[in-house]
Amino acid sequence: MNGIHDMGGMHGHGPVEHEKDEPVFHAPWEARMLGLRRGATFPPEVNLDRWRHIRELIPPHLYLSRSYYDHWCMTYTAALLHSGWVTAEEIKSGHAAPGSAKRNDAMRPDEVWPAQKTRGIFTRAVETTPLFAIGQRVRARDINPTGHTRLPRYVRGRVGIVRLHHGGHVLPDTNAHGEGEAPQHLYTVAFAMRELWGADASPHDEICADLWESYLEPA
Amino acid sequence: MAHHHHIHADLPPDPALRVKALESLLTEKGLVDPATIDAWIEAYESKIGPHNGAKVVAKAWVDPAYKQLLLSDGTKAVAALDLLGQQGQHIVALENTPDLHNLVVCTLCSCYPLPLLGLPPVWYKAAPYRSRAALDPRGVLREFGLELPEHVKIRVWDSTAEIRYLVVPERPAGTEHLSEAQLAALVTRDSMIGVAKVKAP
Repeated sequence: MNGIHDMGGMHGHGPVEHEKDEPVFHAPWEARMLGLRRGATFPPEVNLDRWRHIRELIPPHLYLSRSYYDHWCMTYTAALLHSGWVTAEEIKSGHAAPGSAKRNDAMRPDEVWPAQKTRGIFTRAVETTPLFAIGQRVRARDINPTGHTRLPRYVRGRVGIVRLHHGGHVLPDTNAHGEGEAPQHLYTVAFAMRELWGADASPHDEICADLWESYLEPA
Repeated sequence: MAHHHHIHADLPPDPALRVKALESLLTEKGLVDPATIDAWIEAYESKIGPHNGAKVVAKAWVDPAYKQLLLSDGTKAVAALDLLGQQGQHIVALENTPDLHNLVVCTLCSCYPLPLLGLPPVWYKAAPYRSRAALDPRGVLREFGLELPEHVKIRVWDSTAEIRYLVVPERPAGTEHLSEAQLAALVTRDSMIGVAKVKAP
């Protein structure tokens, strides 16, 4: 979706605010939210790609005005409501409705480190031959899907060079929407800054993006 | 997917209150164990942090064979130190040289090599950096106090997939006598994102 999250190339957000000796968390609730994200049970359809998509769907004024871990709180709240695991009344009260079911399969503390080490492997076998080779010129397709995609707006329609081939990776565009992992070849494509931003850009700087095969066409 | 409905407007604006209510609700439903939340916090406050990435960089500085492995197969090299993990299972290492400077961003969200660098700083996840690192990396680096000569090529890496990028900064001059552990202590988080250089002690 062409949402507020797709920020590459925008002006007007002000200078980067670099905090010296930044703490890991700025408030205890941030730490609790991190722990919930990592340690709570999620509805099975809420994989990482769905999570990102729900975050993208935060209304733009809230996306820009609320802090990062608040995004997580809003995302998790919306995901639980959408999946029917909680009701709005329960979210408001912070308590389970009387008589509602209680599960007993939450992650235990001793399962934290094994989860940290084993979660998040996105490589998958792909049977097809890669369509593109390293060094080949490719164009990022000019597509504007309304669902989740990891093709940033700033490269759409632009020509770059394939730099790396990473093999098969889960496709976010389908995985976010319950349409399966549909793995595809993943490439790193380098775009000259001048190709993206015009003649005023640096003549030799470039930006690389990781793009799935269906995002690309020969150029 | 109209996920957000009007729920947020009906809840208190203070996120501390909302997160507290969420934790108590999920605990009552058996969807989370508060001791597990404690354990994750502890992991991110002690075990998972930029000291891990620094270990990788320092080893690459002193061990040419390791450096070669790191630059050709980052995942394998990081696995050799048992440092892979969630949000950092697929690693590509990027070597900074006198002629090439690498800079990592995630314009679409906040992708970051967590097992190697810990939780990302606020600025990395915020709009100013995400928007302009792709458009004007030299200007952004200037805001970090890093002015690169025009002849140095800048290569920005937008983390749009599950590949996580680790910048291997240049080893500062005058550090030939330092041990691997002493070198690791010099390597900062910012230098492994690409917004700073490593300074000699």
